[in-house]
Amino acid sequence: MASYIGTATSRVDGRAKVTGEAKYAGEFNLPGLVYGQVVGSTIAKGRISLVDTSEAMRVRGVIDILTHQHRPEMADSDDAYKDDTAPEKGSPYRPLYDDRILFCGQPVAVVLAEDWETARFAASLVRVEYQREAHVTDLHAQRGEAFAVEKPEKPRGNAEKAFAAADVRHEAEYFIPTEHHNPMELFGSTAMWEDDKLTVYDKTQGVQNVQRYLCGVFDLKPDAVRVLSPYMGGGFGAALRPQYQVVLAVLAARAVQRPVRVVLTREQMYALGYRPATIERLALGARSGGTLDAIMHEAIAVTSQFEEFSRNDTGWADLLYTSPNTKFVHKLARLDVPTSSDMRAPGAATGVYALECAMDELAIALKIDPVQLRLQCYSDRDQNTGLPYSSKQLRECYGQGSAAFGWEKRNPEPRSMRDDHELVGWGMATGVWEALQMPAAVRIVLTANGHAEVATAASDIGTGTYTIMAQVAADMLGLPIDNISVKLGDSSLPQSPLEGGSWIAASVCNAIATTAHAVRKELLRLAKRMKDSPLAGAAADDVTLADGKIVSTKDPGQAASIASVMQHGKVERIEREESNTFTEDKLHARNAHSAVFAEVKVDEELGVIRVTRVVNAVAAGRILNLKTARSQIMGSVVWGIGMALHEETLYDHHFGRVMNANIAEYHVPVNADVHDIEVIFVDEPDETINPLGIKGLGEIGIVGVAAAIANAVYHATGKRVRDLPITLDKVIQFE
Amino acid sequence: MNPFSYARASDVADAIRQIAADPAARFVAGGTNLIDLMKYDVEHPARLIDISQLPLKSIEETPEGGLLIGAMVPNSDLAYHPLIEQRYPLLASAILAGASQQLRNMASTGGNLLQRTRCFYFYDVVTPCNKRKPGSGCSAISGVNRINAILGTSDACIATHPSDMCVALAALDARVHVAGPGGARTVAFPDFHRLPGATPERDTNLESDEIITGIEIPAKGFNANYSYLKIRDRLSYAFALVSVAAALELEGDTIKEARLALGGVAHKPWRDPAAEAAMRGQHAGESAFTKAADLLLQGAQGYGHNNFKIGLARRAIVRTLSQAARGMPQSQSVKKIR
Repeated sequence: MASYIGTATSRVDGRAKVTGEAKYAGEFNLPGLVYGQVVGSTIAKGRISLVDTSEAMRVRGVIDILTHQHRPEMADSDDAYKDDTAPEKGSPYRPLYDDRILFCGQPVAVVLAEDWETARFAASLVRVEYQREAHVTDLHAQRGEAFAVEKPEKPRGNAEKAFAAADVRHEAEYFIPTEHHNPMELFGSTAMWEDDKLTVYDKTQGVQNVQRYLCGVFDLKPDAVRVLSPYMGGGFGAALRPQYQVVLAVLAARAVQRPVRVVLTREQMYALGYRPATIERLALGARSGGTLDAIMHEAIAVTSQFEEFSRNDTGWADLLYTSPNTKFVHKLARLDVPTSSDMRAPGAATGVYALECAMDELAIALKIDPVQLRLQCYSDRDQNTGLPYSSKQLRECYGQGSAAFGWEKRNPEPRSMRDDHELVGWGMATGVWEALQMPAAVRIVLTANGHAEVATAASDIGTGTYTIMAQVAADMLGLPIDNISVKLGDSSLPQSPLEGGSWIAASVCNAIATTAHAVRKELLRLAKRMKDSPLAGAAADDVTLADGKIVSTKDPGQAASIASVMQHGKVERIEREESNTFTEDKLHARNAHSAVFAEVKVDEELGVIRVTRVVNAVAAGRILNLKTARSQIMGSVVWGIGMALHEETLYDHHFGRVMNANIAEYHVPVNADVHDIEVIFVDEPDETINPLGIKGLGEIGIVGVAAAIANAVYHATGKRVRDLPITLDKVIQFE
Repeated sequence: MNPFSYARASDVADAIRQIAADPAARFVAGGTNLIDLMKYDVEHPARLIDISQLPLKSIEETPEGGLLIGAMVPNSDLAYHPLIEQRYPLLASAILAGASQQLRNMASTGGNLLQRTRCFYFYDVVTPCNKRKPGSGCSAISGVNRINAILGTSDACIATHPSDMCVALAALDARVHVAGPGGARTVAFPDFHRLPGATPERDTNLESDEIITGIEIPAKGFNANYSYLKIRDRLSYAFALVSVAAALELEGDTIKEARLALGGVAHKPWRDPAAEAAMRGQHAGESAFTKAADLLLQGAQGYGHNNFKIGLARRAIVRTLSQAARGMPQSQSVKKIR
């Protein structure tokens, strides 16, 4: 039998998705469904002085309108609203809780009607009056007020002194604007109470997180709440925290005693979490030969007035480069906006962007090839902990990436390469992300007909979790992949972590391995009871499951079919639930790495930028599925192009409002912006990190992409643009 | 979005009767802009009169050697029509520079002229906007105005007209055929769209009970030396920061006649006969093109975020005229600028 792990297996849920059989949170049509439409605040800070619903209530088909003054009860302690990914410090936002306005677009009412069109119309008739207070939404205006937060990376040596004494210094400030996730699928929840039991279909990256959260907010017992999210049209971190529409749907369902669906509009999704605007200050001090003596990285990122969300922007240098002196500072600035949130490679997409542009600038100052500088500063250990890596094939990434790209043909001189009217630039950058594993449990039910159901509560946010789980289960159980069905996205299934941080593949696939092992042990126990059993003397570790049989690894001739074993044992099904063998590895640093190479062509007169080639060489342990893995990295690269050239949430600071809250004016790359993308997976066996050697691919693909493009734009034009996005007017000073 | 009633017009006379009878009604053809505006609560028609089935879908040759394009011809049919491709490639190119294939399939020729601005504040009903709510003020002048106008603005409004097709129609000296209760009339293209002045709520000089029946383009198509260049913040599916329609008639290297219009910079396609006249008789080269650019951009004014548009427009004009002169029109599928 073919092994499925490592092959380019097509998505097992592909057919369901293209035929519409796959249902998303906003598509469950329950009998008597009521439609809820959110009314958002029009100011950024203040208090609600009046919500006049009289005109809206007169619209035929309107059932009720919930406001902070008219709603069922909800919890009143911060703890009740803390979910698994809530920032440690602060008071989570409580929808419709009181009259306080904390950010623009905050829900102030939910109109409930017999159909969506009526709800939407009536929502436009709800009149809200406010007592305004002065707001601030501009990070630059607030940076002086920023305060430092505790981060694990401790300073080493004396970076200031070493920087001052360095042969070559580079110091600069980089800026990444606020960006929004914009998943295709809108946030939506459908909630239904049956007696005292609550069922919720929700768009979420963690059904059990939402379940626990709802138990807190509505004071319910866990067995009274079931949350389902079988499919998702993209999450990217936006759906890690429970979003306010799930609370509103549950509140409303309780109020009107009918099932309620609340789906946000695209515009309303700009009042959820976002990648925080961040100012990144880098200072690198080097010896003239091209080794680092000092690294200082300070980040100032946006958070809300009511929570302290922060990720690790600084400190990535400690994973990549040797330097005896380092200093990392992370600061937060409070604005009158929603709390910032995780967005693909949170902290790294921004922090490594700045670090890798700074390294490029340092290489230029040192007159050293950018790849060569990185190799000279290469670290085989996490500098901060001193731990060696479980595996780190980053050198191979540089090597294979530059070979595929043709880097050796690069003329280092800016503006030296051209194609007709276009200046050609080649840039590169390093990517790094964590390779984490979380506790997870998987249930396998093997039936005598040779079919297995594999289940865990994890969500597949569209990356291919259903598929890799089917592949791993098929290999572990020795069954054809068509005989495996995978169940996900249901809080009643075995415990799983949130789908985020690139840890789901490692967590659930290793749990499949342990559970499959338990199934195999049971099969062996039954096989030994067979008359003249060929496996009578076999130990658990001496058998494997392959081709529908339990086989001795010592003598493959000794085997029994799974069907006959179960038949003889008179069992219809074998059910096992086990957790992965997760233990915190305190002896190794665990990271995924990449080297990104980009070619841009920039019109010399007009500044129009085209990203004509990207090579992303990734070392991320075992690649489970070449097809979905490649797709994931390609998608990340496309997002990196958007981050470099297009994406920016535009605030009008006078109104405190997002002005481009739609995907016509919030630009992401379109087909014309995307050319050749080559994905290379560098072989990286890793027996230390976890039994299957999986590192995860969710984030690594975007890290470094924007920096490689920014460095390429500099190489093409000689113009260094440090604040994203790199638009044509930043490249050329139009007189 | 408000509730509305829906009716279909059987012919042009019926359409005019229906619109005259109900001031709260609006015509809908492709619906590619009106429906969006209704979703954003910017437009609140009580009644939609569907004119998409009117018999205005033909493209016919006029006795003068030009073409009369029916108002209901879809943008994509127009762009790919053999007579347009052969005689008026500037028009075909400008259409293909706009929107997406799906939108062009739906959008009508007449409706394209009546697109409303993409100014962020016009779409956001919470903020003041004189175009949406006369007298409320212009938020864009001191706000987020990267996409706003640099020419023909007023203290009341700095919105731009978003069409690409209209920029080419302006350059080609098109005339708009209009019908109303008082009969039919034609409007020269420069007189069709308005500058904002003190009444930015009015985009055009079309009366509320009138309907566009067709667009007439004269015989001269400049099919040898033309180009449409659109500069935007991504390579497709974005409105123009600056776009240029250029058409030249050359005798050897000498300019016999020139047409030049800009998009993305004003409340209407921006054209100045003086800039074109200045090129006449000149050598088709950078010096004449730069002079034309300076003339066309006279009085240009930035509002902060969009200051760069002035210099960008100057360079884009020179480049587009050069493309036209070289006989190398900008491709709309290959994004490399020629």
